[in-house]
Parts: sequence; C-alpha cells; structure tokens
Amino acid sequence: MVACISGDWPILSVLLFLPLAGILAFPLLRSDGAAKLWALGVTIITAVASLALYTGFNPATADYQFGEHIAWIPSLNINYALGVDGISLMLILMTTLLSPLCILCSWRAITVRVKEFLVCLLVMESAMLGVFMALDFILFYIFWEAMLIPMFLLIGVWGGPRKIYASVKFFLYTLAGSVLLPVAMIALYLASPTHTFSIPELMGQPYSASLQCWVFLAFFVAFAIKVPMFPFHTWLPAAHVEAPTAGSVVLASVLLKMGTYGFLRFCLPMTPIGVQTFAPYVLALSIAGIIYGGLCALAQSDMKRLVAYSSVAHMGFVTLGIFVVNTAGIEGGLLQMINHGITTGALFLCVGMIYERTHSREIAKATGIGKVMPIYVTALTIFGLSSLAFPGTNSFVGEFLVLVGSFQSATLWGLLAIPGVILSAAYMLRMLQRIIWGGTHNPDTSYLKDLNARECVTLGLLVVMVLWIGFAPQPFLEVFHVSVQNLLAQYQAGLPM
Amino acid sequence: MPEKLFFENPSLLLAVLAPLAGAVLVMLTGKRPNVREACSFITAVITFGIVVSLVQPVLAGQKLICHVSYLLPGLSIALRADSFSMVFALVAASLWIVTVFYSLGYMRGLHEHDQTRFNACFALALFGALGCAFADNLFTLYLFYEIVSVSTYPLVAHHQDQEGYEGGRKYLTYLTATAKGLVLPAMIVTYCVCGTLDFSDNISSGIFPSEASRVLVTMTYAFLVLGFAKNGIMPFHHWLPGAMVAPTPVSALLHAVAVVKVGVFATTRVMLFTFGVDTMDAFNLGIPTAYFVSFTILAASLIALSKDNLKARLAYSTVSQLSYVILGVALLTPTGITGGLIHIVNHAFGKITLFFCAGAIYVASHKKNISDMQGLGRVMPWTFGAFAIAALTMIGVPPVGGFVSKWYLLVGAMDAAQTGILIVLLASTMLNIAYFAPVVYTAFFCKPAHDRAYEGVREAAPAMLVPLLITASLSVAVGIYPDFFLRFIKGLFL
Repeated sequence: MVACISGDWPILSVLLFLPLAGILAFPLLRSDGAAKLWALGVTIITAVASLALYTGFNPATADYQFGEHIAWIPSLNINYALGVDGISLMLILMTTLLSPLCILCSWRAITVRVKEFLVCLLVMESAMLGVFMALDFILFYIFWEAMLIPMFLLIGVWGGPRKIYASVKFFLYTLAGSVLLPVAMIALYLASPTHTFSIPELMGQPYSASLQCWVFLAFFVAFAIKVPMFPFHTWLPAAHVEAPTAGSVVLASVLLKMGTYGFLRFCLPMTPIGVQTFAPYVLALSIAGIIYGGLCALAQSDMKRLVAYSSVAHMGFVTLGIFVVNTAGIEGGLLQMINHGITTGALFLCVGMIYERTHSREIAKATGIGKVMPIYVTALTIFGLSSLAFPGTNSFVGEFLVLVGSFQSATLWGLLAIPGVILSAAYMLRMLQRIIWGGTHNPDTSYLKDLNARECVTLGLLVVMVLWIGFAPQPFLEVFHVSVQNLLAQYQAGLPM
Repeated sequence: MPEKLFFENPSLLLAVLAPLAGAVLVMLTGKRPNVREACSFITAVITFGIVVSLVQPVLAGQKLICHVSYLLPGLSIALRADSFSMVFALVAASLWIVTVFYSLGYMRGLHEHDQTRFNACFALALFGALGCAFADNLFTLYLFYEIVSVSTYPLVAHHQDQEGYEGGRKYLTYLTATAKGLVLPAMIVTYCVCGTLDFSDNISSGIFPSEASRVLVTMTYAFLVLGFAKNGIMPFHHWLPGAMVAPTPVSALLHAVAVVKVGVFATTRVMLFTFGVDTMDAFNLGIPTAYFVSFTILAASLIALSKDNLKARLAYSTVSQLSYVILGVALLTPTGITGGLIHIVNHAFGKITLFFCAGAIYVASHKKNISDMQGLGRVMPWTFGAFAIAALTMIGVPPVGGFVSKWYLLVGAMDAAQTGILIVLLASTMLNIAYFAPVVYTAFFCKPAHDRAYEGVREAAPAMLVPLLITASLSVAVGIYPDFFLRFIKGLFL
C-alpha cells in the first residue's frame, strides 16, 4: 500500500489556487497591458514555486508526497486529497512552465477581451494542476470537467473562422467520453471494500475480472478520446486549427496528457486484468494512430494541421509504451509525454509566430523564409528535429525507450511502429525544407521580421529543455523510476497467477 | 599481449567541437568574406592540430576516452580515439585544410551565392564526420551520422534550382529513411540483446553474447550494413549520383571523403566492434557480405563506363570503390581487414584529387562531359597530370596508394581462400582501367574539335591548382610510405 507523506505546509494547495487567486485582482487592473503583466507575474510565481516540488521531491520512494487531506463530504467518504508521485511531478512542472509561455505568446495575438482571455488561461492552469494533483476520484473528476469550460471558451471566443464548429465538436467529444468516467468511478466505489473514492485506496483491490473489464472500457473511452487515440482523434485537428496559439499549446502540451495520465493512474493499477485483456487492441490502435497520424501529416498544407496530426502519431507512441507494460515502455511513454508537451507546444508557438506575421498558416505562404528569419528557422529546425526524434533531442530518448520496451514485450508491435518513425522524418523534414528553402519560385517574404526578444525568450526556454532532456535525461527518468516500478508491481500483483 | 590502456582525454572533445565552433564563427563573420575564410582555415588547422596531437598516445597503445553525457544504462554519448578512429580522423582533418583553399578558389571563381551558409555547413559536416570517427558507441555514431546527413543537405541543394532540390530531396530521403528504418531498429535490437551499445575494445569479440539467436543477429547485422546507406552499397546507392549536383568542393570533400567515408567507417566500425570477427565467423556473416558487395563493385563500375559526365562517372566509381573497404573487412582475415581499411585512406586522397580536377576543369573551361575534353590536357597539363595519377591510385598501380590497398585485398582474398573474390577484384581493376583510361586519353591524345576550341582557357587559379597537386602528391606519398597509416591498422591486431 502506498502511503501519503504530508509536507510541512500545503504547497500543493498553494500552487493549485495561486492562478485562481490571481484572477481576483483583475477587477482592479484598468488596462489590458497591466492585466497581461499581472497574469504573467502570477504564472511565473507559480512556475518558480513549483520548483520547490522538484527540489523537495524524494525520488527514492513511490509514496505520494506533499500530501494534503481534508475531509470534504464525510458521509460519502469524499475528501479533498492531494499528493504527487513520480508520475505526476513532471507533468505538474511542465504545466507550470508552459503557462507563462502561453501568456507570452498571446501578448500581441489577442487584442479583444484580453482580461477574459487571461482569466480563462489562469482557470485552465488551476484545473490542469488539479487533475495531476488530485488523489480523490471526485476531486479529480471535478478538475477534469472543469478544464473543458475554459478550453471551450478559448477556442469558441478567440478562435479562427470555424471556431464555433471546432469548440462544439471538442466539447461534445470530450464530454461524451467523460460521461462514462463517473460510471466507472461509482462502480469502483461500490466494489471497493471500504467504499472510498480515494485513488490510492482504489488501487490493487481484488475486483472481479468482469468488473475490471467493464471499468477498463469505461476508462478507455474517456481517456482515449482525450489522448486522442485513433479513431477518436477527429476533434483534435479541428480544435487545434481554430484555437488561438495559447489554446493550441495548452491543448497539445497538457490536455492530451490527461488521457495518458489517466491510463497510468487508473487503468494499470485499478484494472490490471482489463489492461491485460484489451492491451493487444489498444496496441493495435496505437500503431494505427502512429501510421495514420503520420500519413495525414504528410498530406497537410496547413502547418497547424500538420503539427496536430503529428500529435496523433506522437501520442500513439505514448500509448504504445504504456500498454506494452514494462519499465522501458512506461518510462519512455512518460518521458514522451513530457517531450511531446515541450516539442509540440513549441511547434505550435512557431506556427503562431508565423501566423502573426503572414496571417496565414499555409506552408506555401511562408516558404523560403530561411534568409529573412534566421533565428526563427533555427529554432524551428531544432523543434522539427526534436519532433522527428533526432538523436540528441528529447524525443529520441523517449522514442528509443518506448521502442525498446515494445521490442522486449511485443516485438511485432515494435516493428510495426518503425514506419511511423520514418513517416515522422518525412513530414517534418518536408515541412522544414519548404519553410526554410522553398522551391525555385518563393512568395515575397522580405517584409517579414525575425523574432523579437519576447519571442526569443519563449522559444529559447524550450530549446534548452529539448537539448537538456536530449543529452541528459537522467534527472527526469530518476523521478519516474521508483513510481513506475511500483506501478508495475501493482499491475503484476493484480493479475491472476 | 600488451596492456590496453584507457585514458580519459578531454582534447578528444575539443577535436570534435572545434569544427562546430568554426561553423558558428563562420556564420558570425559572414559579412566579411576574408575574415570568414580565415576562420574556416584556422579552424581546419586547429582541428588537424588536435587530431595530430592524439597520434602519439594512440600509437603508444593507449585508448583515449571522453565521456560526454549519460542517457540510459548502456547508452551514452562518449568519444574514443583508438587506432581505428585515427585513420579516418587524420584523413578527414587533413583534407579539410586543403579543401578550404580549394573551395575558396572554386566558389569565388564562379561567384557562387550564399558562401557563408556554404562554409558554415561545410564545417558542420566536418563536425559530424569527426564525431563519427571518434564515436565510442553505436548511439554516438548514429548521432553524428545524422548530423552529417542534415548538415550536408544545404550543400547538396546549394544551387537552389530544380535540379538541386531534386538531388537534395533524394539525398535526404535515402539517408534518413535508411537510418530511421534500418539503423534505429537494429540499434534497439542490439540494445535489447546486449544491454549496451558501447563498442567492444577489440575487433575479435564484439558485444553480442554467443548464445544470441542466429536470426536476430543476422537480421541486425543486415540492417546495420544496409542502414548506413552513406556507404553506397546497392540498392541504396542512388543518393550519391544524385548528390553530384552540389558544387564540386562538396562533391570532393563530402562525397569522396567525409560523407561516404562516414558510411563505410560506420559500417566497418560496427562489423568489427559491435559484431567482431569471432561473431561474424560464428554466424557466417563475412563471406556472404563480401559477395554481396561484390555486386556493387562490378555493377557500379559498369554503370560508370556508360557515363559521359565526368562527375557522374566519378560518382559511380566512388560507389564501386567504397565497397572495396567493406569487402576487405568482410573477408575477416588480418590482411583483408588491412586492405579494406587502408583503402579508406587511399581512396580518399585519390578521389578527392579526381573531384578537384573535375571542378578545376569546370571552372576553367565549363566542360562537364568527357567527350568535350578532347585535347584539353594540353591546355591544362597539371590538372590532367594530377588526374592521371589519381586514376592510377583508383586502378591500383604501384607506387601510388591504391596499389597498397589492392595488394592487401588480393592477399586477403587468398588468405580467405576465396577465388571468387579474387576474380571480382581483378575484373573490377580491368573495369577501372576501362573507365579512367579514356578520360586521360581523350584529354592528352585526342585533337580538339577545332583549332580555337580552348581559346582563353588556362589552368585554374592557384587556389584550386595547388590543392589538387598536393592531394595528388599525397596519394603518391601514401603509396611509397604506406606505413604511416598501416601502423594504426596493425594496432588493431595487437
């Protein structure tokens, strides 16, 4: 049984409510500029404060750390319970790191209803942190659903021409998936001996095989839509294309991780028999996603769509790693979640920067800009190479681990994923070639200005992360290691002998 | 048996990072061409100096190691200088200096555009090549191999016309698809089976456990040999002729020395240090490989015969000659391995001279086709003289360097008792004569189409002529004193 170690002071609650508390000051801020500065300040403080989690975290134990526990609805055994382990720590840090960048990238791009936009972003940050911190199922579900509203608004209010279509599609899809989540939750509640919603207590209980299979399916629908796994991915390109840059970054970097986080947090420890039963199908869908996402990305002429489809492929690698259920696979999957957050987030930022200049996301409108925007294309090249898992970048380590994991447990699936690796090189290099070089007749791009200081800072931070994980991933992997071992032990213990 | 010594040596890292720093300097000084070229030159000299400083300890039997970063257990970025890496590093670093001068003459002579980008990418490619030379494990090798692929794309597509883009596209498609599709899975299987990607410290044992599955080892081996497609083995050779659209200095250094040699170096490094002679013997991988690449040797020579464009003929000659290296190593006898590895050196000096000549001819007379060069040798005697010497090295005539390779290769084939390989080597020598002799003959002994055909044509500028004479002399020097490089190769068998 995993214990929950309490901290000296409630740092998780502080982090969780800091962005929300920041909103309270908004009525006092007169200008949009002040609001932006304030929001940036709040997110930076949250980011800096979250570093305390990293320094205070003990990677030698799989226990939930910095735990907080307050009885909330005692009659139903519902608690306000927070805690962090190796699986959620990095996701929390990634969320807090990316939030200031989301505000920075919207500095000029958002001109209407600026305060409302910032409120959405801050609410979003709190909700995302809540999902990763919650140790009570009800609390988790509240944050899980709470994320939908600001995201719906981000796309629906500040989005592109087809924003209503995209936001409604996003909302319906994810809501449909979430409908089954409380069903699974209540089923587990009733089946657990202590009638509890506590996530750690729900793990490792001897639920019957059929219950596990049904609960797994309910979880699967909810999480697979969020990931999104093929064939539940169709909301993603629409949402990405219409969302403002900050929305796309949040969506790609953090929201998609909720699904894979759910697989790790709920499916593996709570329904191991379900996982074992359905793993081959999930692996098949992962491979399908990798190949299909790659092929679709290859066919795109819109940069944002291309990156969106590449997300489908990359998330396929994450689910592949998780469902081969071994150390290398899951650690690779986890690392790949972080990598995807950094790299794809950065690529969306890059697309946004071009959009701000050319008012188009068509690759054809921004071909051959290597000469006029050298700093930009250098950053884009680094992120593009990272996306195609170039050795020395973050994704290589993640993808390598996932493939090692899949070759160890399911060689066939590993081999089938290789065409996806080639495809990712194909669509990314093709995009880079066209943007940097173009063809013999390029549109006139001499009016474009290279990145300014704000944009350089935004991308520079992510470049550092790409290379850091690429060359020295150990600080990250160490955080995962014990928790992943514990997760695997729980999974193995739950399987019939 | 002498004691094998491992020494941590940070200057190895400097040798690899110097070209990278050079690339940055070139970009920063791009607005002032003379300063920029000086940066290139100084970096090349410094790099060469650092590499030379490693010669003494390596010859003394030391193995220099430099750990850069640790990724996973058994997977790290680390550099090593052993006698095997020194052969390639010395060739690449020394020829870089010569090429800096040559490309100065060539690029300015033709008033080429974007010379800053060109020079920076050139330095980056050398960064990759030296990284490959000094790689201590398969992952580091793969890392730098990919850096070479990406950094040479701008060089191949330099002219930015339809042909340039087409060649560049083919180049990148072939090289990344094979690296991702074949080398990566092979690396993963190796890692799963052996738990590490580090190279063994001798050529006999390799890292594969003897109880490893035959199918798995054979498959991994085939993936690695074919996956390092820069080695030009058919059927993945097509990028090489396509890449000849690049400016000639690129073809010279990268496609005769750095890029293709990275391919054969990586292949042979893996054959000897990942699989090892014993494993290759046990799984019977050597001789089939030798016969497999024999096809490339002969077929590419036959194609070369049919090409009238000088650079295309040289390109196919390269495809053919690269397989000599792999053939020699695949024989798995000490003489065969020596022949193969020394051919990395001899081919480099010879082929770079040939490409330099082709470039000088183009700059001086704008001729690309051999049939248009009738009598041109009389106007450009030095250039064609150097061409003739280099052609002799390709054919393998004493006392030029190529003879040493051929000698060892033939002895190696006899040691391995492979008559078939002997026939292949002799047949290919005949073919070499058949496609090189006509070039020299046309240039010196044919009459120009009309009396004033070469009016105004002179030898190319000294910046081009001197480098090609130097490399031609070097290819004679390595024929007369082969011992300098042979000492390193002999170090492998201690």
